[in-house]
Amino acid sequence: MTALGDLLGSHVVRTVLTGAALLGALSGMLGAFAVLRRQSLLGDALSHAALPGVCLGFLIAGGRDLGAILAGAFFTGALAALAMMLIVRRTTLKTDAALGIVLSVFFAVGVVMLTHVQAQGGAASAGLGSFLFGQAAAILQSDLWIMGGVGLAALLLTLAFWKEFKLVSFDADFARAQGLPVLALEAALTVMVALAIVVGLQLAGVVLMVALLIAPAAAARQWTGGLGAMVALSAAIGATSGAAGALVSAATRGLATGPVVVLIATAAVVFSLLLAPGRGVIWRARAARRARARIGDGRILTALQGFADAHRDAGYRSEQGMLEAALGVPPPAGRLAALARRGLIRPVAHPPETTPHWELTEAGRAEAAAVSGEDATAREAPR
Amino acid sequence: MIAAFFDSIPAMIVLTGVLVGASAALLGSFLVLRGAAMLTDAISHAIVFGVIVVWLLTRQTAGPVQVLGAAAAGVLTVALSELLARSRLVKMDAAIGLVFPALFSAGVLLISLHARDVHIDADTVLLGEIGFVWLDTVSLFGLRVPVAVATLGVVLAVNLGFALALWKELKLATFDPGLAAALGFFPGALHYAVLALTSVTAVAAFDAVGAVLFIAFAIAPPATAYLLTQRLWLMVTLAVALSAAACVAGYALAWRWNVSIGGMMASMTGVWFALALLFAPRQGLVAQALRSRGRRLDNDCRVLLAHLSTHQGAPEMPEENTLRALVDHLGWSEPRARAAILRAHDRALVERRDGLLTLRKKGVAEVESLLGRGAAAGL
Repeated sequence: MTALGDLLGSHVVRTVLTGAALLGALSGMLGAFAVLRRQSLLGDALSHAALPGVCLGFLIAGGRDLGAILAGAFFTGALAALAMMLIVRRTTLKTDAALGIVLSVFFAVGVVMLTHVQAQGGAASAGLGSFLFGQAAAILQSDLWIMGGVGLAALLLTLAFWKEFKLVSFDADFARAQGLPVLALEAALTVMVALAIVVGLQLAGVVLMVALLIAPAAAARQWTGGLGAMVALSAAIGATSGAAGALVSAATRGLATGPVVVLIATAAVVFSLLLAPGRGVIWRARAARRARARIGDGRILTALQGFADAHRDAGYRSEQGMLEAALGVPPPAGRLAALARRGLIRPVAHPPETTPHWELTEAGRAEAAAVSGEDATAREAPR
Repeated sequence: MIAAFFDSIPAMIVLTGVLVGASAALLGSFLVLRGAAMLTDAISHAIVFGVIVVWLLTRQTAGPVQVLGAAAAGVLTVALSELLARSRLVKMDAAIGLVFPALFSAGVLLISLHARDVHIDADTVLLGEIGFVWLDTVSLFGLRVPVAVATLGVVLAVNLGFALALWKELKLATFDPGLAAALGFFPGALHYAVLALTSVTAVAAFDAVGAVLFIAFAIAPPATAYLLTQRLWLMVTLAVALSAAACVAGYALAWRWNVSIGGMMASMTGVWFALALLFAPRQGLVAQALRSRGRRLDNDCRVLLAHLSTHQGAPEMPEENTLRALVDHLGWSEPRARAAILRAHDRALVERRDGLLTLRKKGVAEVESLLGRGAAAGL
């Protein structure tokens, strides 16, 4: 505990933590829009395409100057987005091929430039490798201002165009019919995603940046259906993963931050996919089991009612074997007991027979009528 | 002489590249046509996890166990992504983007935790070390052949055998999966077979070009060939040839500029694609621009003919059937009007008679075919 306290007390670590949380929140917020607009893999292509820009910025500035590196990364990212658009619009190649080409070729050019810089740069170029996998420990205090500025700008822009972004994300055709400049809004969202990628490179690196965009948003989506809540939650998950990843990476010497952050964010996704109320896998399995039980109970009740009707005896005592014949399977003992507990049926004896018999109670008859009424309407208007 | 070839370092490096490029482009063609190119991205990242796990379990860095075991991780990624997408909790693109980074991260972390001293470290995972493939050799038929070359040679042979043996089935399953399924072939199984072979190829190529550059070889050459031809066999052949050419050119340039060999080879596939994008005979941007320019000119020409036929023989003819009228009345720029007149003149549709533009016989016929017989009846 004291070790953790020492770690948190250190000025450097505080800087790194703040930066990591800031970057995580930013990519979480903008990633929500990318995921909703099914542009997750565009993020992958743009982040790989940032590598030549990082080297370009380094070459122009002659050293590790964050401003120049970010500008370079943003420039080649934009170039990649334009190339994507050109390929998809002007040829018959599909989007996935365009994404793959842009991603791999830009990255390859980046690798060439990286080796070029490293061949002539010596010690000064050592920091460049950290952009591949991310190295939160390399975040300087002066970097925080740039990150904070970009984050604030993105936040203000998102708030200012909230309604428009929402409409474009969910129903672009309707937005166009309403006279909104859809192309400009989509471009603005793509530019903001590119910005998030560019500033996030220090945390996650070009290869894994895509996960930092997608994972928080995919996790947040499971918990809520509202855009506002989703964006906020996504930002929170991103910030938490970023900070936790930076902490782990700082505590263990030499572990790259990117993979740690990605694994933490992925854990959040797995947790959400399994447990989120309403959508989660476990939740849905329980709901399905409950629905199956309800339908099974309804069939038992209506079968008993059927026997009573056939014998014109409301208090007819049905033998359990008759139920089995009517349902096609032996009625589960647990369900019979549960129905008896709810006071809908009761076990009765029918001497001289020794097999178990069942009889509908008053409440059971009402329930059976309700169930068959429900069934009747369901039959008239199938969903 | 053969021994000298296998002892030459540059020859081995280029040969490795060519083998990687040919194997990847062969399979990549079917993936690009199917619209599943980004699965290569997922597979080639995920095998990092497979490579390190198999190494931790068996301590083998090469051989069939290693290749097949690591390739399983690639297929696993695709299967997991599809499972996740089918649960409808996330969309397919997000599912891909969730699964492979997770496996890749786990792989990278395992490498930095357990395998620092081995030949794999985090940077070679991404980029490969094609420059050092000749260090690790194996003896085959009395020749010292690099292990990478031997492995990739076998992989290429398997891929080639697969493609040739199942050519018809692959073609059908790629272009019309519905019909393939109806005819009793298994398009899903074939698709997975292609993906499994892609994984195997990615693993075999891993030491040479790493996780990311492999994608360039698998996607860019087939996409380039796709822009150049509409025949499948020609597309696959071209893709393989372009891939091989990229390796040769890339090595030469990398040697000259002293930069990453694998990176330069992959960059060259991008250069081929850019050239095809610009200059492909049918789909290229230049050809498209020329075509649309030609169409615009033809259209202007038709407007010109209609204009002339309206006024020909009428009292206002001296004013209307001139270049000036096209500029002043139709609002055309002067070069545009001149180009249209020149075009009509070249096609013997109009002539200049007494300084006025006049329809010739062929021009009258063209107007009639355009506007109907009545329109030119006054002539």
